[in-house]
Amino acid sequence: MLAWTVYLSFLGLLAVLLVPAGNARAARGIALATALAGFFAALLGTFQFAPDKGVQTLVRIPWIPGLGIQCFLAADGISVTLVLLTGLAAVAGILFSWNIEHRVKEFFAFYLALIAGVYGVFLSFDLVQLFVFYELAIIPKYFLVAIWGSTNREYGAMKLALYSFIGSALVLIGLVAAYVASGMKTMDLLELAHYPFPAALQYWAFPVVFIGFAILAGLWPFHTWAPTGHVAAPTAASMLLAGVVMKLGAYGALRVAMTLFPVGLSVWRDAIGLLAVIGIVYGALVALVQQDFKFVIGYSSVSHMGFVLLGLLTLNTVGLSGAVLQMFSHGVIAGLLFGVVGRMVYDRTHTRDLVELEGWHLRRLLPFAAGTFVIAALASMGLPGFSGFAAEFQVLAGAWTAFPTYALLAGIGIVVGVAYTLRVLQKSFFGESEATAEAAHPLPPITLPERIGAGLLIGATLLIGLCPRLLLDLIGPSFQSSLFEQVVKGGKL
Amino acid sequence: MISFSYLELLGLAAPEAIIVLAALAVLAVDLLVMREASLRDRFLVSGLFAGVGLAAATAWLLAVNVPPVGAHSASLSLPMLPGMYVDEPLGRLVKVAILILALGTILLSLAGEFTRHVGEYLALILLATVGMMLLVSARDILMIFLALELTSLCLYVLAAFNKRSPASAEAALKYFLFGGLAAACTLFGLSYIYGLTGATGLAEIAAKLAAPTPDPLLLAAVVLTLVGFGFKIAAAPFHLWAPDTYQGAPTPSAAFIASGSKVASFFVLAKLTSLGLAPAQGGASWGAYTPGWVPVLALLTVLSLVLGNLAAIAQTNVKRLLAYSAIAHAGYTLLGVLAGTPMGLTALVFYITTYGLTVLGAFGIVGLVEEAAGDCRLVDFAGLGRREPALAFCMMIFLLSLAGIPPLAGFFGKFYLFAAVAAAAPNLGMLWLVVVAVAMSAVSLYYYLQVLKQIYVAPSPEAPASLRVPATTRVLLILIAAVVVLLGCAPNLLLGPLLAAQ
Repeated sequence: MLAWTVYLSFLGLLAVLLVPAGNARAARGIALATALAGFFAALLGTFQFAPDKGVQTLVRIPWIPGLGIQCFLAADGISVTLVLLTGLAAVAGILFSWNIEHRVKEFFAFYLALIAGVYGVFLSFDLVQLFVFYELAIIPKYFLVAIWGSTNREYGAMKLALYSFIGSALVLIGLVAAYVASGMKTMDLLELAHYPFPAALQYWAFPVVFIGFAILAGLWPFHTWAPTGHVAAPTAASMLLAGVVMKLGAYGALRVAMTLFPVGLSVWRDAIGLLAVIGIVYGALVALVQQDFKFVIGYSSVSHMGFVLLGLLTLNTVGLSGAVLQMFSHGVIAGLLFGVVGRMVYDRTHTRDLVELEGWHLRRLLPFAAGTFVIAALASMGLPGFSGFAAEFQVLAGAWTAFPTYALLAGIGIVVGVAYTLRVLQKSFFGESEATAEAAHPLPPITLPERIGAGLLIGATLLIGLCPRLLLDLIGPSFQSSLFEQVVKGGKL
Repeated sequence: MISFSYLELLGLAAPEAIIVLAALAVLAVDLLVMREASLRDRFLVSGLFAGVGLAAATAWLLAVNVPPVGAHSASLSLPMLPGMYVDEPLGRLVKVAILILALGTILLSLAGEFTRHVGEYLALILLATVGMMLLVSARDILMIFLALELTSLCLYVLAAFNKRSPASAEAALKYFLFGGLAAACTLFGLSYIYGLTGATGLAEIAAKLAAPTPDPLLLAAVVLTLVGFGFKIAAAPFHLWAPDTYQGAPTPSAAFIASGSKVASFFVLAKLTSLGLAPAQGGASWGAYTPGWVPVLALLTVLSLVLGNLAAIAQTNVKRLLAYSAIAHAGYTLLGVLAGTPMGLTALVFYITTYGLTVLGAFGIVGLVEEAAGDCRLVDFAGLGRREPALAFCMMIFLLSLAGIPPLAGFFGKFYLFAAVAAAAPNLGMLWLVVVAVAMSAVSLYYYLQVLKQIYVAPSPEAPASLRVPATTRVLLILIAAVVVLLGCAPNLLLGPLLAAQ
């Protein structure tokens, strides 16, 4: 059932391409139906999934037999979690872009192409195939931002595309090296993960592949595409960028770099862990002083993704599961935050300047948006009862045993996180300054699609926050499988 | 005096003979029968004759007397002229690719208005095709040189065919002068090789050269020969003719220079180096260079990759941009040559044939825009996505394939080339070349996106020139785009036969 998420997205893409150019309603409808179908396929697949059985093959046929490359779709608990997240984010993104009127057909075509690529990455266990899906996501991102974006969109789009492409170029170098060094017979991840690559190769290949992927996860100091890209992107695209595309990077780092090169991992772990912690604190501090509403959320994403990377490098089950849970949690919460900022506020006020917004007294003009944002902010701060708490707590607990100093520093990041979230909450919706002329004019009311989208995401973060076991029972056993044997042992051979 | 049967020769070289006959038929029909007809009809009738000839030769190559797979190439040439003309499975596939590219070029030129000499134009395309096919079969330095000259002379004239355009004349003159110099260098280098070995066949040369230390004279000969080939394939620093020639020549001519002639030249270069000069191979592993042709080619590769990609960023004319990207692609393709392994050769053939197709399609679209707007600057493409959605989509496929974005043919070509060159030296010694190539392909995405940005993001101009798209051209371009996607999604369709033919 899980494989259908990929097929359905491609079918939907084809259907949207066949819609006559003027028919916006049909394109929108098909896109929503596709996203919903994908989400239900993901849900069904999750219910059928037996987490204890390790990696479960969905499809496995030869693709390029001469080179040992296969079409190999499979899933473990990590894939399932992220596929669910993708389904959720895809549906919410379409609901939040219901008001797109400019080149509607193309918008949803690029959107579905991006979604298809993302699903594909999460389910690929052949490295060439994974790479193909990974790169498939780059071009739609570029056009989504460049055509439908706002502030500085062409610059942001190009920066985003080039950073992604440079990251995948690094990954490609590592993959070619691994392929050749292992004898050029297979690109099967499950086989290559057990191939003892020489230590000399691992020492350089690990950082190259890990950083190649982590560029997309917003690893400091390669994060600068993220704030500009998020700010330039239209709402749905920034929801997807922060919600799932950044997870592609973290997922690749975990799935490919760490499993292929465990010896390299053990050497570079402390150094990259430090970068992750710097990202947490730096992102939070920069978010504290931003004038632009969206930049605050953009930098907060860098900070929260730092927790994911830190969790990955703890190499213990608690921290690793926390990292995957944080991917899910941040995907939902960031999607919600960008939805509020981009769609509910910016599309109505046409400003994101926090000083200006202070005078708008938005809590009166947009009470629903204010309520949603309060909930999203609480979740983002990591209040117990929301998914962010369960995830970040696990990451910190894991980090405490692995590297206590980093855990302490990351704790500072959380405190700063509370500060910038409260600041932006206060300035955007609960402004105290004198009401400006704009505050008198009523804004268009929040539409039904927006309400449904917000409800979906709030429901998800609450559900996982109150009952994290729903996902942890899926994620945890994955790290017991033979794929992660070396990783959990800390790369000791 | 060796006596041999011309009939036997004709039987072996039947595809080439068919094309020569087609060229003569085209000339005869156009000059004798169609003189009074309209330009369009002349193109159609002559094109039909040329197309039939190309199709017949293709059919012959695929169906008649197919040499058994794995047969030794020497056994498939004429006994009295070893190496002069070799018929082998891989060579046949390359010839088919060249014939398809020639057919594409002819289809692109059917609606052309750049010349009134229809018969001569099509006949020259066919004769150039014969030259390329002979190049593919030649395993003898004399024959290589003759075939190279036959191809080049036809292409020089093809570049000059727009007599009303000074740019076309300039393009041809530059191409001719550089090409002449290149031929001189190649001939000079080959004469040294002959002087050292007393042989012209590649196999004999390799046998005679098998000395423990390479002769300095041999190294000079290798460098001179490669300089000549460097001009031919437009590798930096011998690329200077390419941008002007691509820009000035009639579009179908430029497309053929960029596609068909590249396929043949790269194939024969790979054969010349890996068969004839094998003892002077040398090595380009990081930190462990040994003299020979591999380090020379590595230098050309790096220069082409860096210069081609960086210079392309600064271009505002799409034809010049494609020219610099062609220089960069010469760099990628050279990776397959310097790998010097069967895998390298397969990767090279896969890459250069898919590249040839892609670039033919890209030139086709650029030609249409140039015809409508009078020029092909970046801004002339603004809003093309709204005006011609189907063609714009094709252009997106071509450019992204050139950039190496999966799932398009260009990505698998690159992946395969990179794997081949990384595997060619022990301990991943030549991985540094892969690193350069991958880094530069990240640069290339920038300028391809510049074109796509104009097509899809930039607003349409106030009064856009409407494109006149002949039905044949439209069908051809969509077909090429479909093949590029298909070969990216199912590379085995081409890779399977190539591996089987090895």
